[in-house]
Amino acid sequence: MEAYLAAMLVFAGIYALMALGLNVIWGLTGMVNLGLVGFFAVGAYASALLTKYWLWPMPLGWAAAGLAAALAGAVMAVIVARLRGDYLAIVTLGFAEVVRLVAANEVWLTNGTDGISGIPGPWRGAVSPQEFNLIFLGLVWTAVLVAFVLLARLSHAPFGRVLRAVREDEEVAAVAGKPVLWFKVRAFCLGAAVLGVAGALYAHYNAYIAPEGFAPLLTIYIVLALTAGGVGAMRGAVLGALLLLLLLEGTRFVAQEIPGVTPVQKAALREAIIAVSLILLLRFRPQGLIPERTRTRATP
Amino acid sequence: MEDWRDLAQVLVNGLMTGSILMLPAIGFSCIFAVLRYPNFAVAGFATVGAFAGWVANVQWGMPVGLALLAAFLVAGAVGLAAEEAALKPLRPAGPLTVAIASVALTLLLENAVRFVFANDLRGYDLPVLRDWRFEGIRINPQQAMNVGYAALAAGALFALLAFTRLGRAMRAVADNPQLADIKGVDPDRIARVAVFLGAGLAGFGGMLVGLDTSIDPLTGFRVILSVFAAAVVGGLGSIPGAALGALVVGVGEELASVLLSPAYRTVTAFLAILLVLTVRPEGLLGRRG
Repeated sequence: MEAYLAAMLVFAGIYALMALGLNVIWGLTGMVNLGLVGFFAVGAYASALLTKYWLWPMPLGWAAAGLAAALAGAVMAVIVARLRGDYLAIVTLGFAEVVRLVAANEVWLTNGTDGISGIPGPWRGAVSPQEFNLIFLGLVWTAVLVAFVLLARLSHAPFGRVLRAVREDEEVAAVAGKPVLWFKVRAFCLGAAVLGVAGALYAHYNAYIAPEGFAPLLTIYIVLALTAGGVGAMRGAVLGALLLLLLLEGTRFVAQEIPGVTPVQKAALREAIIAVSLILLLRFRPQGLIPERTRTRATP
Repeated sequence: MEDWRDLAQVLVNGLMTGSILMLPAIGFSCIFAVLRYPNFAVAGFATVGAFAGWVANVQWGMPVGLALLAAFLVAGAVGLAAEEAALKPLRPAGPLTVAIASVALTLLLENAVRFVFANDLRGYDLPVLRDWRFEGIRINPQQAMNVGYAALAAGALFALLAFTRLGRAMRAVADNPQLADIKGVDPDRIARVAVFLGAGLAGFGGMLVGLDTSIDPLTGFRVILSVFAAAVVGGLGSIPGAALGALVVGVGEELASVLLSPAYRTVTAFLAILLVLTVRPEGLLGRRG
């Protein structure tokens, strides 16, 4: 039970990091990103390959993961920053699918659909599995704390205020002399970097990554987490990740109790519940549990 | 590619691929033209249509033509019900909220199908036919029939838009919703018709995808990027554009699968989206703005 709890909290931490990353891109800057799992995958593969085959030390691998994802984010942002939201949704979704396809087909690099196994973890093997869980739990939540403090400060700094201005009205921000494109690109890079580090942590915790682990379902999870917590508020992102975990694990227990249902049907039911939750949230509580508080309220 | 036959074969295959993508792309554009949001649930509608057609064809023994009609009707009805229940209340919150909800809707539809039919691959009841050969160019008769079905469905839609009162009203709403409203066109009714037709065509196309290969709950999602590419290349919201875009993307994908690898068809579609958005964001036949 303790091992289970620790593992679940590690995943909650990874989801929280992802939600924080998405919050910079979508919550603060208002650029929808339905391909966040792509940046997560880029980070996971970058760190896994560098630490396993080039024997880089793990912290360097994690930094490289953030960098690689930020780079992908920069390329993406330059292409999409001028696009309207609906195009952005299509392009980002496509990006994640392309990353997954490349991971599945470039066997020389990623070992294809078989995935990469034996990714090192901090002190894995030297300590008992339970201790490893606890070490990783501390590591992940330290990362969440650092990201949270930095991003929360940033969102109230002038940089964050400009991002919110861009989100509310790009033209006003441009008229005020802010280079909108440059701000968007930096926000996208920053968010992607956080997503990439989250991917690296996932890879090193799981010790195994494969393309099917980066399905669009994960993107929906994180969008749900951020919507539930409150888009725009960093605290909301963390709270939302915890709620997501409760929902995911809660539905697992509920599904186990239903008699006469095959495992495939149980999985289908759980995913359907996630989908319905997101639709209901968007309808009845779009501002989330912790609505973003800004000093001035925009009136449409 | 050594001689003209290889090129001709790619063009023929591209036409077939494109005609399969055409209907979901038209459906997507049809909904976008009237409601102004990208409905990602076309993937779900395509899957629902594919399975409705499968039940009609394999379990009830209907011929393929009738089963396609069943796919159209069931997907259209499911699409309309889903729109009214889940997406319509979100319209005031803006197109992006609706788009995100439509992603969730696709997940819901896909899992509803998975709950009933599980993840097994299923095929339709089709006669086994030998490929036709002309001068060394191979054509699969079933695929040729699919092109015919797609052309028939697209033709019916064009006729509806061009020659009927309803079609004129739809074009009017797509062109200028306020003006159409003033002129007494009920925007809600037009929206319902557009969603029914769009979802139905996606379902029809979903079954065509299945006729070409086999179906499972991810059938719709697998082609969605190509469908978006077709709609974007043609110009979001333009129905003739979606048809043309589908053919362009179809030929592009076939070319890429010969030159690169068949696995990278979808990547080609993505690159087509990026290229069009960079060079000509309004697409081949779309309007600016």
